[in-house]
Amino acid sequence: MAAEIAAAAPGRIDALSMSWPRPGRVIAWTLLFIGGVVMVTPIVYMLSTSLKDASQIYDLRMIPAEPTLANYVVVLADGRFLRWFANSLIIATIVCVSNVFFDSLVGYTLAKFRFRGRYFVFIAILSTLMIPTEMLIIPWYLMSRTFGWIDTYWGIMFPGVMTAFGTFLMKQFYETVPDDFLEAARIDGLNEFAIWWRVAMPLVTPAISALAIFTFLGNWTAFIWPLIITNSKELYTLPVGIASFAVENQIAWEKVMTGASLATIPTLLVFLFLQRYIVRGVVLAGIKG
Amino acid sequence: MTAAVEADGGVAAARRLWHRLTVHQKHVVWAWAFLAVPILFYVVIRFWPTANAFYLSLTDWNMLHKASFVGLKNYRRLVADPVFWKVFRNTFGYLIIGTPVSLLLAFLIAYQLEKVRFMHGLIRALYFLPFLTTAAAMAWVWRWFYQPLPIGFINDVLALVGLPQQPFLRSTTQALPSVLAAAIWAGLGFQVVIFMAGLRAIPTTYYEAARIDGVSNGAILTQITLPLLKPTIIFLVVFSSIGFLRIFDQVYNMTTNDPGGPLNATKPLVLMIYQTAFSSFDMAYATAQTVVLFLVLLVISLIQLRILRDR
Repeated sequence: MAAEIAAAAPGRIDALSMSWPRPGRVIAWTLLFIGGVVMVTPIVYMLSTSLKDASQIYDLRMIPAEPTLANYVVVLADGRFLRWFANSLIIATIVCVSNVFFDSLVGYTLAKFRFRGRYFVFIAILSTLMIPTEMLIIPWYLMSRTFGWIDTYWGIMFPGVMTAFGTFLMKQFYETVPDDFLEAARIDGLNEFAIWWRVAMPLVTPAISALAIFTFLGNWTAFIWPLIITNSKELYTLPVGIASFAVENQIAWEKVMTGASLATIPTLLVFLFLQRYIVRGVVLAGIKG
Repeated sequence: MTAAVEADGGVAAARRLWHRLTVHQKHVVWAWAFLAVPILFYVVIRFWPTANAFYLSLTDWNMLHKASFVGLKNYRRLVADPVFWKVFRNTFGYLIIGTPVSLLLAFLIAYQLEKVRFMHGLIRALYFLPFLTTAAAMAWVWRWFYQPLPIGFINDVLALVGLPQQPFLRSTTQALPSVLAAAIWAGLGFQVVIFMAGLRAIPTTYYEAARIDGVSNGAILTQITLPLLKPTIIFLVVFSSIGFLRIFDQVYNMTTNDPGGPLNATKPLVLMIYQTAFSSFDMAYATAQTVVLFLVLLVISLIQLRILRDR
């Protein structure tokens, strides 16, 4: 599918460009470029200010006159940032793996097994998409209080262990897997779990990577639930930590920008290396989901 | 010893039973085995809390004493609460400005970017990058941008070019659009790449045929591109509307001194819910607010689907 798009695109651009007057195209390109620069301005100035001394933050120059890593040293020496970073990384990774496993398993079962109640289960799961998270937050909090999940990793993670969105996405992809493949594996004597794990799963890797990217990103940036379920600073995730750090250092904007940069730099680095996969994954999840 | 023998016997019995099943029956057993844990999860973590939210909204529970049933009292209180109506207006303000502005911008960008070959990847990356940032962190960058002289970036730039200073987050009229700008900025990249994917899915032959027939550019846009883009547009309208109606991270972080301020000018429904539940611990009242949020989301999505599908 991707190859088709790639092949179709250049021809299409040629066809359209014929009627486009040169100056018009130049203006359009320039406007687009300026717009793009405006889009990254907050990110660029955040990074730039994080490299400035407190006395220079009023300086509008994009490249700091005397760049310094002093802010990073101060912020990281605090120690809490690394902890928050680790918390976010662990939680986002576990939730991501859990979603890839369970959403995929349920999506596969609903797509490839024929049994009474299948449609009902599918509709029941799908119906949870209509319920906004905010409505469940208070009952979840109540539950966490009863079971002692407040201020634990499990407390932060449990609402997202599986999602209807991921299940629906995976189901749609498993439906495109030919039954013959599964039947052949069945004749070879593989049990149903092995057929799913070893035969079906590898056939839907684009969907799995899309789901993984979406889930990871969603949990990496999640704010309201970790804010509610954590009390001690050691358990904060990075976004919640940054918010509390920023409240503490409100006038010290260079420190606030350093904190914000620390949350942003890892995703930017990952994006630089995996740009193509991330954009494709987001599009796939967005369109099929 | 005897226990082990019994267990062996049990396994053997189960095995015999398993072998007696038909292929189809085995299939069904596998299916329910795969679904067992997920069904438990959905019942305990999704359905039960949903039912509980509806129930709690009809009680007077505030974490101190046991909940007792009070009927629609919380909803009557909500209707009589002037802050709720202010919040309701704000929430729709985010929706009514946010959705059209961000979709129009995203479409224009995607439509033009589709035709660009020179540095295409770089420009797309510039627009997409903000989508990967953390809203809670970037809200603080925006907050810094909006500060008065000499700190705030935007006011610095305004002063540089000789334009009057703006109060932004300190004004009751400018605060909401200022917060909204940060939210639109964060979501724009997603909408652009989705629009571009939608544009690319339109077969080239349609354009070629239109070209041969001498159809104008404007007519191609309204007669071919937009109608064929309808599924994409429906998805983005519904998806981004839900996002704007549930706005929280940006507002919370940009107004920590006076959450939802100044004078509740930026407070959306989710922030009101958060405060009612976790600052005032008025849990029952807060769940009534979440039920209202649910109804708002449901009604808005249904209306949008209705209108857009019919067209």
